[in-house]
Amino acid sequence: MADIAFLLLLFFLVTTTIETDAGLDRALPRKQKEPPIIDYQKKNILRVVLDKEGGLMVNEELVDVKDLREKVSGFIDNGGATADEEGYCTYCKGNADPSASDNPKKAIVAVNTHRETSYGAYITVQNELVAAYNQLRNREALGVFKMTYTAMEEAYQQPETSSAEKKELKRKIKHIQQLYPLNILEPEQL
Amino acid sequence: MSKFRKKVTEHPEVSTASLPDIVFMLLFFFMTVTVMKDTTLKVENELPNATEIKKLEKKDRVITIHVGGPNEQYKDLLGETPRIQLEDKFADVSEVGPYVLGRLAEMPEELRPFVTVSLKVDKRADMGLIIDIKEVLRDVGALKINYTTYEGDAFMNMH
Repeated sequence: MADIAFLLLLFFLVTTTIETDAGLDRALPRKQKEPPIIDYQKKNILRVVLDKEGGLMVNEELVDVKDLREKVSGFIDNGGATADEEGYCTYCKGNADPSASDNPKKAIVAVNTHRETSYGAYITVQNELVAAYNQLRNREALGVFKMTYTAMEEAYQQPETSSAEKKELKRKIKHIQQLYPLNILEPEQL
Repeated sequence: MSKFRKKVTEHPEVSTASLPDIVFMLLFFFMTVTVMKDTTLKVENELPNATEIKKLEKKDRVITIHVGGPNEQYKDLLGETPRIQLEDKFADVSEVGPYVLGRLAEMPEELRPFVTVSLKVDKRADMGLIIDIKEVLRDVGALKINYTTYEGDAFMNMH
């Protein structure tokens, strides 16, 4: 009995592939006949350029990948608009540097990659960008809802969560997303 | 005094009666979690690492595109330039659009808005091909994509 079971067990052990279906979600922009030309103030755009050797430039400044997260979250959370200006950010905790973004809703991260850049390097950069956003969203969610943003998203995906809770979670997630919208652009290569 | 003489104790053998039960338990565990591979990979597919990952929920609304250099078997024939694999065959960028549309057409209509394209790309591949694929996906309106990765230190990808 045990022998046969062992045999079967070994068979399943060998054929099992633990599926790795997880990754970074991203929405592509819809194709339009005439690409919109974004008229934006320069200070609201953070230009991230990744060259073919894996070198990283942020606003024409050479940056180590490990510092990218801090740089990006600092930029998004800057809150450069003053209290009497339109678009003043009440929840930002940044440096309020007038030469960086006005508020997180206006802040745009533009990523440019070279065609010969390795995909691994690209994913690292994308990961750091998402991490920067998650960091800010977590902080905000923890303050308002006493629960981190990532925890809320995880709970939302759990099948055990009841639909009433899901509705509530969705509302909260939407709220946080609206405070820190994921504005990552990949402008066409010029 | 002899009353207190130590008995010579013999260790009883460990009973193996529960062994089949344990083995069966393991067997059922593996039987339930097993997913049979549906495609044979013809490309190298070492996914990059990332930390901020989200799970792809349901398999029935995922379209997978593999990209990578041809593996050992095909290296001599095709060289090392990264290629696209759709289902079981190598494909060109121009075939991605029709393939995605075909897969979409097979799906029940109510699922179509939730379809995600999972890009399983080898970390050594270069971005040119990915940029082209993304452009094609935009053309056919498959806008939800997922860069499928392993969970791990993202900085490892740079080397």
